[in-house]
Amino acid sequence: MSAAKRLVLKDDLTIYHALDQKHMLIDSLAGTPSLELDLSQVTEIDTAGLQLLILVKREAARHGKELAIVAHSPAVRQTLDFCNLATYFGDPVLITAHEQG
Amino acid sequence: MDELTSVFIQEGREQLQAMENGLLDLEQDPDNHDNINGIFRAAHTIKGASGVIECHYIENFMHRVENVLDRLRNGEIHVSGDLTGLLLRCCDQLGRLMDVLEAGDPEPSAEVQAAGESLQIELNTYTAHAAPVAGGAIVEVETDAAGDVHSSGGGVVNTDSWHISVRFGLHMLRGGMDPLSFIRFLGSLGEIIALETVPDVMPPAAEMDPESCYLGFEIRLQTRSSKADIERVFDFCRDDCELRILPPNSKLHEYLKLIHDLPEDDMRLGEILVRAGALTQAELDEGLRAQLQVRLPGAEGAAESTPIGEILVDKKVVHKEVVEAAVHKQTQLSEKKAVEARLIRVQADKLDQLIDLVGELVIAGASANLLAQRSGQSELVESTSILSRLVENIRDSALQLRMVQIGETFTRFNRVVRDVSKELGKEIDLIITGADTELDKSVVEKIGDPLMHLVRNCMDHGIEPAAVREARGKSRRGTVELNAYHDSGSIVIEVVDDGGGLPRDKILQKAIDKGMVQPTQTLTDQEIINLIWEPGFSTADQVTNLSGRGVGMDVVRRNIQNLRGSCEVNSTEGEGSKFTIRLPLTLAIIDGFLVGVGKAAYVIPLDMVVECIELKSNTADRDFLNLRGEVLPFVRLRELFEIDGEQPARENIVVVQHAGQKAGIVVDQLMGEFQTVIKPLGTIFRHLRGIGGSTILGSGDVALILDVQSLIHRKTRQEERSMHANSALPRSTQAN
Repeated sequence: MSAAKRLVLKDDLTIYHALDQKHMLIDSLAGTPSLELDLSQVTEIDTAGLQLLILVKREAARHGKELAIVAHSPAVRQTLDFCNLATYFGDPVLITAHEQG
Repeated sequence: MDELTSVFIQEGREQLQAMENGLLDLEQDPDNHDNINGIFRAAHTIKGASGVIECHYIENFMHRVENVLDRLRNGEIHVSGDLTGLLLRCCDQLGRLMDVLEAGDPEPSAEVQAAGESLQIELNTYTAHAAPVAGGAIVEVETDAAGDVHSSGGGVVNTDSWHISVRFGLHMLRGGMDPLSFIRFLGSLGEIIALETVPDVMPPAAEMDPESCYLGFEIRLQTRSSKADIERVFDFCRDDCELRILPPNSKLHEYLKLIHDLPEDDMRLGEILVRAGALTQAELDEGLRAQLQVRLPGAEGAAESTPIGEILVDKKVVHKEVVEAAVHKQTQLSEKKAVEARLIRVQADKLDQLIDLVGELVIAGASANLLAQRSGQSELVESTSILSRLVENIRDSALQLRMVQIGETFTRFNRVVRDVSKELGKEIDLIITGADTELDKSVVEKIGDPLMHLVRNCMDHGIEPAAVREARGKSRRGTVELNAYHDSGSIVIEVVDDGGGLPRDKILQKAIDKGMVQPTQTLTDQEIINLIWEPGFSTADQVTNLSGRGVGMDVVRRNIQNLRGSCEVNSTEGEGSKFTIRLPLTLAIIDGFLVGVGKAAYVIPLDMVVECIELKSNTADRDFLNLRGEVLPFVRLRELFEIDGEQPARENIVVVQHAGQKAGIVVDQLMGEFQTVIKPLGTIFRHLRGIGGSTILGSGDVALILDVQSLIHRKTRQEERSMHANSALPRSTQAN
């Protein structure tokens, strides 16, 4: 999928950045049929961040677009696992031997 | 290391032990389903707990192990020798990972990681969705997490869990609270069996305010906590969330009410509950149909007040016996939990501190006793004697706290024997007796390594290969026995094998080669056998990775001697050998017998004292006497320790016994029983023979504790030497 646009989130997915991130995510999604999220630098994710991810995923599905999380940080992976949402997002989760923290 | 982690390590190791024992049993009895469930539970608990302390490398690893165990539990794969071997190696790996955590390293070393990865690849061959392996990294596609809930009538439900349904209010986040942290905290009450996130009320993107909270959760929680405890978790946000809690074994209609009350669509919620394992699809369909009937007037039937189980029985979905069995199992489980609850975990150093204090109390009590006796006030004497009796009781119960059964140490060897016998290609059984024998915790901790050496030695050198055994007219299977029992104030641990015994000639030859003994020297069989305790001695023809490097036995002996114990070996060639370890029951406080020589006082452990007799003056130049027809050698403390002063007119002999040997100790005065708090001697006195420690008397004086064992040893050695020197003349020289 060459048209895929990749968005690298640099800030933590927390309530403090939620407002900015919502605009950024929704705007990014609007401009592409397929959005890839790189969350490998997200060291913290809270409920606000989690529901943002759900929102974007749902929004993408509603418009027939694709959203893929291509890289999980341990925090993100753990939270998605905990909330039993890994299946909902359906992204392959990479567990490397080095990624332990 | 924080407290949570240390608790995890401690409990994790217990679970690991349970898992390992279960796997060993599984090998013997592959069809025992309860056992498989037990193993799974142990693995699952470790995984869950490692998640709580956020130790991901353990969590990830246990996830793989659990996947395999799950398939085993569901009967999708079957027990085989390879599988149990693999799982046991996984246990070892888990042990190593826990070591890493305990050491406080951020992540395991490359070596440990590599071992983990190769195990994971092996594990993957047992899972259906074998993950593709690319460049050392393992990609895993999460399959449906609720895969074991089927839509058939007999689907898997966990009715014995609490059902918690929570919808957080819009203003939660703005209030500075993070709903996820409440849910995470909920996990500390018990185990979250299933969790479903419900984001359905979230409006479309345009209207969605990222600082409002739209999430809800459906949670199945297995816990012993009460409803109030669960509610307390949500105390901080009580006003800002909708909380519904259904107790375990709730009735079907209560779930239906829950579905009905919540804002989401009935069918959608029903599906969520099915996924969480609260209901099966069949129950849901049934229930929704029943609900329709309820709405019709007059049709309020049995469904209203019957638990799910009964509905199912009525409708012939499950057999009554199955339900009863499940109920029975639940009661059993809660009984077991009740037993666990009677135990309290205490930090070992707190216990040590208590023992120290009791030690001081004993000394102070002795001093008060002495003063009371000097004062001559009979009332004071009486009250101090009551006090000292109580102190004695406190001492005994305090020491009892430190006593643990040796069984746990012994059962570890099941695994060792299994592994080593496979490795060596020998058939060896382990027989354990006296596992309930108690001894001091600090002794138990230190005895593991020496025992390991001995058991491995027995298997490696002692037991012959099956073919050789058959040729010698023995059964193919060799046995190694571990025995423990109490014997006059000490604990005896025996390691017995029915193998070839120690090769006398080979040992002698080796000793001559190494220059330990002269070829002309004549040695008794026992003396030759005792050569194995010398440093650098090994008779193994080839060095195996088990033993044979010649660093074994002298280390074993030194470790045991450090515990104030002794070890000896008996062996008959062709029939087997027996290693006997003798250890004091406790290391801290003993009942002592106080004796005096000149101005100094000495303590002899009371357990070893047999009797006291007067020393007749006609033995002046001999070091033995005739005690009712037996020869009793004795030592004169006055000469041994070169104590100055006038020899009193009357001397006494304290007859002591150790390891079946009797000897006498000649002293001036007998001063009676004395509670002795053992204080170690400084390191400069470490090589002092005949003294085991010191103690403080009531008067404040220091008394030395005699090391009876080494005194006896020294005496018998001396006798033997003089016997040889005098060509076995029945006369011994004075102590020199």
